[in-house]
Amino acid sequence: MFGRLTWDAVPLNEPIPLATVGVLIVGIVGVLGIVTWKGWWPYLWREWITSTDHKQIGVMYVILALVMLLRGFADAIMMRAQLALAAGHAAGYLPPDHYNQIFSAHGTIMIFFVGMTFVVGLMNFVLPLQLGVRDVAFPVLNSVSFWLTAAGVLLVNVSLGVGEFARTGWLAYPPLSEIAYSPGVGVDYYLWSLQISGLGTLLSGINLTTTILKLRAPGMGYGRMPVFCWTALASNLLIVAAFPILTATFSMLLLDRYLGFHFFTNDGGGNPMMYVNLIWGWGHPEVYILILPAFGVFSEVIATFSGKPLFGYRSMVLATMAICVLSFMVWLHHFFTMGAGANVNAFFGIATMIIAVPTGVKIFNWLFTMYGGSIRFTAPVHWAIGFIVTFVIGGMTGVLMAIPPADFVLHNSLFLIAHFHNVIIGGVIFGAMAGYTYWFPKAFAFRLHEGLGKAVFWCWFVGFYLAFMPLYALGLMGATRRMQHYADPTWQPLMVVALGGAVVILIGIMLTVAQLVVSIRTRESRRDLTGDPWNGRTLEWSISSPPPAWNFALLPTVGGPDAFWNAKRHAGAPSTAPQFVSLVVPKHSALGFSIAFFAVILGFSLIWHIWWLAIIGLLGAIAVTLRHAWRTELDDYVSVATIAEHERAHQSPVART
Amino acid sequence: MNTIVDVVSEETPTGVPLSERGPAQARVVTGFGFWLFLLSDIIIFSALFAAYAVLGGQTNDGPSAIELFDKRHVLLETSCLLASSFTCGMMMIATDRREAALTYCWALVTAVLGILFLCLEFSEFVHMVHQGAGPTRSAFLSSFFTLVGTHGAHVTAGIAWLAIMMAQVGTLGFRPMVVRRILCFSLFWHALDIVWIGVFTVVYLGAYS
Repeated sequence: MFGRLTWDAVPLNEPIPLATVGVLIVGIVGVLGIVTWKGWWPYLWREWITSTDHKQIGVMYVILALVMLLRGFADAIMMRAQLALAAGHAAGYLPPDHYNQIFSAHGTIMIFFVGMTFVVGLMNFVLPLQLGVRDVAFPVLNSVSFWLTAAGVLLVNVSLGVGEFARTGWLAYPPLSEIAYSPGVGVDYYLWSLQISGLGTLLSGINLTTTILKLRAPGMGYGRMPVFCWTALASNLLIVAAFPILTATFSMLLLDRYLGFHFFTNDGGGNPMMYVNLIWGWGHPEVYILILPAFGVFSEVIATFSGKPLFGYRSMVLATMAICVLSFMVWLHHFFTMGAGANVNAFFGIATMIIAVPTGVKIFNWLFTMYGGSIRFTAPVHWAIGFIVTFVIGGMTGVLMAIPPADFVLHNSLFLIAHFHNVIIGGVIFGAMAGYTYWFPKAFAFRLHEGLGKAVFWCWFVGFYLAFMPLYALGLMGATRRMQHYADPTWQPLMVVALGGAVVILIGIMLTVAQLVVSIRTRESRRDLTGDPWNGRTLEWSISSPPPAWNFALLPTVGGPDAFWNAKRHAGAPSTAPQFVSLVVPKHSALGFSIAFFAVILGFSLIWHIWWLAIIGLLGAIAVTLRHAWRTELDDYVSVATIAEHERAHQSPVART
Repeated sequence: MNTIVDVVSEETPTGVPLSERGPAQARVVTGFGFWLFLLSDIIIFSALFAAYAVLGGQTNDGPSAIELFDKRHVLLETSCLLASSFTCGMMMIATDRREAALTYCWALVTAVLGILFLCLEFSEFVHMVHQGAGPTRSAFLSSFFTLVGTHGAHVTAGIAWLAIMMAQVGTLGFRPMVVRRILCFSLFWHALDIVWIGVFTVVYLGAYS
């Protein structure tokens, strides 16, 4: 009846997971209870859960990312605490079996559900506003994408309390991830949650690529798009090109595990090395999917707060697209040690070094943008400068490891761990936090607390160096990754320093929560009524905050780059009162939530081999899709009176000009 | 699928570069989005082709490609699928002229040819499994069944989609939304043909190389 699911799946005899699950359940029940008690369900359902508005979907993505950051960071600090203890004869407090699940969950969650979710959220929120249009290309599909991501998140978290998570590392290399060596449900949780959320990401990539290429305000040619739109275009093209590889690879592993196929098995002629090649065919573009939007954020932040146009716009665009193409030609540098041969390794080593060139171009462009500008040292600028310093160090250690003989020494050592945290924290997290602070007033019409924002930055910045510089040293001393215990007690002092760094980052994360609470409580005093709190350059600042459902009452006409900046400088008296026309906004739709609901049922029952329930999940998802296919009333009309009323109430700067 | 409709592009003078004419029409946006989806689908197939290229020789002392495939059978299969692409094109012409009866007829012919293709494929699979050459026999057979089976699954989904679209024509008529979806279906169906040309060449003709 219930497949492999029995009461043994609940970890009643393991205190740490049990306590975590207990806290989580109390937290979730508490939140749901408050929502029910306050009677917020109808509002949440109408305005958020069923929303097809790209701005609300973007906000929900970012909230999801911040919540998962807490989860992923909890895993991180548990690992650091274990390694600060488990030297020599001490065993630490985490058994190896549990430790392995934690490092696998940490990597999976941080990449897929924090990094991806955060940047997709920012792109969702910002792109249509910067492009000067009313929504993304497919608003209902956008909601489906978000909820499929949320479904994957839910499944990963269910694994805490029901069953187990993968012990295989965040990429689940076979043969370890094959059924012969991982017979439990951990790898299945990993695979199904990523298949479901990966489908959401792919659909989002198609949606945003179409938006950028087909929906832009009149006059906004490619050479006039803000750089964030360019980096988002590159990122979404990579999603469309790379995520199908992930889907196909995981499908092959699933066939191995469920039906006894021989793609990656040791026996039957299977080839585990093919998995490693395929997964990095997705995995290397993936790191650029994450970092390119962050580059875009820094370009916007640095230009805005330097009061100057971005230096070298064309070279920035070229560098972005060069990285987009080159990112598909370097995947083998993740496994120089596999034995592809000296010539193959040399090719990929050189390709990897070449990709540093466009990245270097970008760094110089940002520096030259700041040079001679009147820089305002706001929190986003702190993140941007911290990024430039940190990312350059991370980039250089990367180029170091691109030399195959050096990589043979450093492969899978803590040096590697330090390197990629150096670029992912220093690049993606810093970029996400800069974007979050920068666009927050656009979404909610008040600014975040500036002092606390800077405190958050300093905690992350100092904490990062404390936590990861020791790992470079430990890596050179021979410490490997995924190590639960070490015999050499001389490593312990550096491990303790690294734990100290993690604690500093923890303070930064707690301050992020504090910043949000303080800012909301004092929102009236930090209110922004202009819609343009930073003296911005791009079109999103030309409309009210928060923007109305239709974004732009009249589509702006763009005459060059930095459209809003130029409009402000050449503002004359409006010749005539604007002539509004009635327009349509997409109706809200429960399709995304319903599909995700059935996707969770489908995923959960496949993980536990409950076949009848899987059929129900699949048919349910198909049924709600078909029901949607017969809907003919997809748009709501907004009357001229409503638009004129909104424009009067929110005298946006563009209306004043 | 719901799209933003704007009339700007029709009003803009033609002297303006294409990229500066403002948001494209819904028909263009939907078609373009679906093209991107097809590209992503084709990348899934390229990963499966790559797997077949790597594992095609790994027979695990079991039967090899040349011992299993029947040229005439595959020729028949291919003919059915290619013919269905032609009839699908005829259906699109009927749709463009808003002729419901003709659209149904050509859709029916397309579906029948598709089902014929699936039956032939299924009989080939059953025959192989009976010979002890099922997908669990060797890495070669795993990759063969996955590649060809994934294509077959796509054809199955396509036939279901076609049936749904005919029901939509019957109930909703040729409204723009429905016509856009039929256009997407035909793109999908032709893309499956292209993938099959790859399968025919790499898998079936490749067996004789």
